[in-house]
Amino acid sequence: MAGGHREIWLDGLWHNNQALVALLGLCPLLAVSNTAINGLGLGLATTLVLALSNSTVSIIRNWIRPEIRVPVFVLVIASFVTAVELAMNAWFHELYKILGIFIPLIVTNCTILGRAEAFASRNGLLRSLSDGLAIGLGFTAVLVTLGASRELIGQGTLFADAHLMLGEAARGLTLRLGDAWPGVLLAILPPGAFIGLGCLIALKNIIDKRAANRRPAALPIGDAQPSQG
Amino acid sequence: MAVARPIQAMLIAAALLAAFGVAGAGLVALTYQSTAARIAANEREALLDQIGRIVPADRIDNDPLTDVVAVQDPAMLGARRTTVYRGRLAGAPAAAVFSPVEAKGYAGPIRLIVAVLADGSLGGVRVLSQHETPGLGDKIEEHKSDWVHSFDGRSLTDPDERRWKVKRDGGVFDQFTGATVTPRSVVFAVKQTLHYARDHWDELFAAPAAEG
Repeated sequence: MAGGHREIWLDGLWHNNQALVALLGLCPLLAVSNTAINGLGLGLATTLVLALSNSTVSIIRNWIRPEIRVPVFVLVIASFVTAVELAMNAWFHELYKILGIFIPLIVTNCTILGRAEAFASRNGLLRSLSDGLAIGLGFTAVLVTLGASRELIGQGTLFADAHLMLGEAARGLTLRLGDAWPGVLLAILPPGAFIGLGCLIALKNIIDKRAANRRPAALPIGDAQPSQG
Repeated sequence: MAVARPIQAMLIAAALLAAFGVAGAGLVALTYQSTAARIAANEREALLDQIGRIVPADRIDNDPLTDVVAVQDPAMLGARRTTVYRGRLAGAPAAAVFSPVEAKGYAGPIRLIVAVLADGSLGGVRVLSQHETPGLGDKIEEHKSDWVHSFDGRSLTDPDERRWKVKRDGGVFDQFTGATVTPRSVVFAVKQTLHYARDHWDELFAAPAAEG
């Protein structure tokens, strides 16, 4: 089974990116992507939960009976989410207050149950851990990209409030476009999240298409269309 | 997998599920145990920090978090139940911090924390939570604009009570372009709080401290 890690990472970060291809976990994705730091915070929390739940599910996969596997997965995920929520409240209190309700709502992110069922319950510990991290970081990347562009367009800053997460030293990380930029309100409002996500998906499809055109041999047999998410 | 009789399979499944339930609850309990003290300290520190921003440090010398009364006057304070943190200087009443005071926002309640000093002036006002339109009504937040600082030091005599309104209504407080409802409502709620503090000052500080 060794050697598959490269594919796992490529899938998680790009080909099977849960936000751009599977379109899973849209609720937290759209709600928390109003700044880059919010996105990063929720993304990392989700990644942590994914890595923990994938590993646990992989370890117990041979003990659980098929008829109770979904409730067991839900139990595992819910326990880890609660633990992560408490830990964030303890060590990243300010960020916790901003992300608020979306930390416990990680539990409803279909990606996590999806990976437990589709991957971790059929693969070994290392591969499952790899998959959890890859999928989580792919999700985080989309959250941060979307958050950064909405923040930049909407309020003319980048990495505002970075110190809430990375400590006082990160205060200087915040970029400002200056007072000249009025900020486009639409980008901060919920429709901005949908439009932004739409643009990201389009961008990914364009890149995929270019890559496919450059290497025609790599096309899937009998399917010239880019896969529909 | 060994073939088991249905009843046996059911029992095993149930036992497994129960075992995972116990393990999950154990993990959560363990995390809770090890973070509870830190979380309580965080919340305490955040609240103390917030009070410190609206009550000048040299005005009080007690711990307002342990000198607390709960009051119920929705007509004046908006919220069904408001906690009052009492600040004292050498035992004498010095500041009352009302949290929350609720203003009727454009989109749901705006929860405020309001500090009234012994001379009847405002130590300051901050927004605890709000659902106003981003970019318009949310300028009541301190990090979005310094509008909320226009309350600092004001009292029922400064400005005159008739002018405790937004400018559009003939008062002294700015409104925002495109959002008058929000500041109008906040100004009203702050004025009501000042009234309440003036009318109940002595009984507020005479009441025995409640737990928590």
